[in-house]
Amino acid sequence: MSRTGTKLDAKKVNSELFTLTYGSIVAQLLQDYDNMEDVNKQLERMGYNIGIRLIEDFLARTGSGRCYDFRDTAEKIQSGFKIFLGITPSITNWSPAGDEFSLCFETNPLTEFVELPDNYSNLKYCNILPGVLRGACEMVQMEIACWFIQDQLKNDNLTELRVKFVKRYSSYR
Amino acid sequence: NSQLCPAVLDIVETSKQLLQSQRCKTKERQRASVMTIHNLYIFSKTGTLLYYAEWNRLNKSGITKEEEAKLMYGMLFSIKSFVSKISPLDPKEGFLYYKTSKYTLHYFETPSGLKFVLNTDNASQNARELLQQLYREVYLEYVVKNPLCQLNEPIQSELFKMKVDELFKKSPLFLSRSL
Repeated sequence: MSRTGTKLDAKKVNSELFTLTYGSIVAQLLQDYDNMEDVNKQLERMGYNIGIRLIEDFLARTGSGRCYDFRDTAEKIQSGFKIFLGITPSITNWSPAGDEFSLCFETNPLTEFVELPDNYSNLKYCNILPGVLRGACEMVQMEIACWFIQDQLKNDNLTELRVKFVKRYSSYR
Repeated sequence: NSQLCPAVLDIVETSKQLLQSQRCKTKERQRASVMTIHNLYIFSKTGTLLYYAEWNRLNKSGITKEEEAKLMYGMLFSIKSFVSKISPLDPKEGFLYYKTSKYTLHYFETPSGLKFVLNTDNASQNARELLQQLYREVYLEYVVKNPLCQLNEPIQSELFKMKVDELFKKSPLFLSRSL
């Protein structure tokens, strides 16, 4: 099969290609939809569809079992970023109840060559990431909510992604 | 001996042949039981039979594949809940396998709820690793990474079927046991 011949070493893949491809997807969506909210929604949806498949890749690669608590989940999400994007966001700002935390990115490969024009302040450029996290967690029987509260593209110091535990699905286990 | 009438000789000859053919049959049967992987089921998280394959199955269940899959899933579901309720300690991995006098059923479930079930001979070792390998190297590569494969529907991909067959046939379990 040709797949084995063309398979790239994950460590050596250049992230620029990924960055630019993502950029062209966002640009295309901006053309297709008039409303910025719709673009955000579509990005989230695309991320969700990626997440429900990506979780299998994560589980097969890491061989990890189920999470015992939400802190465990946070660490696994962090290691997921390491595996798939080559970055290690820091886990901060735990809520007292332990059901909410933030992932802080100092660098973000998605936004490497990106500048947002002023009139795009409603665009959540990286909105694919919350979708991926939601989709992936849903496949392991966990509902989460996920949104950006800081964004380097909007002149914040870092990009901060908030993750909140909503509920555990009644599992089939 | 030379005085035996031809009719008796005939009888001796026939019985020799009969014996020979029976020996052949026994050998065939033994050869069949050398093969150690019987069959494989893959279930989705909701209990849909995603894939079924069989290699050396001498005894048929006598019901349709769909009914059999439901029966199998129902039993696994019961065993899992039984194991997790009855276990005196924290059942970390839960149900792993069961064994009868004739065969062993190996069970591997991913945290995403995908279930791999493999029936092998009792002598087989490391079947669980084989199932993990199946998940990692075949299911992931040829189902999850194939956008045309829906994740909760029976797998139609010919490439997947081929790769499963390949993996199992090259596995040491497939032909390992010598009688």
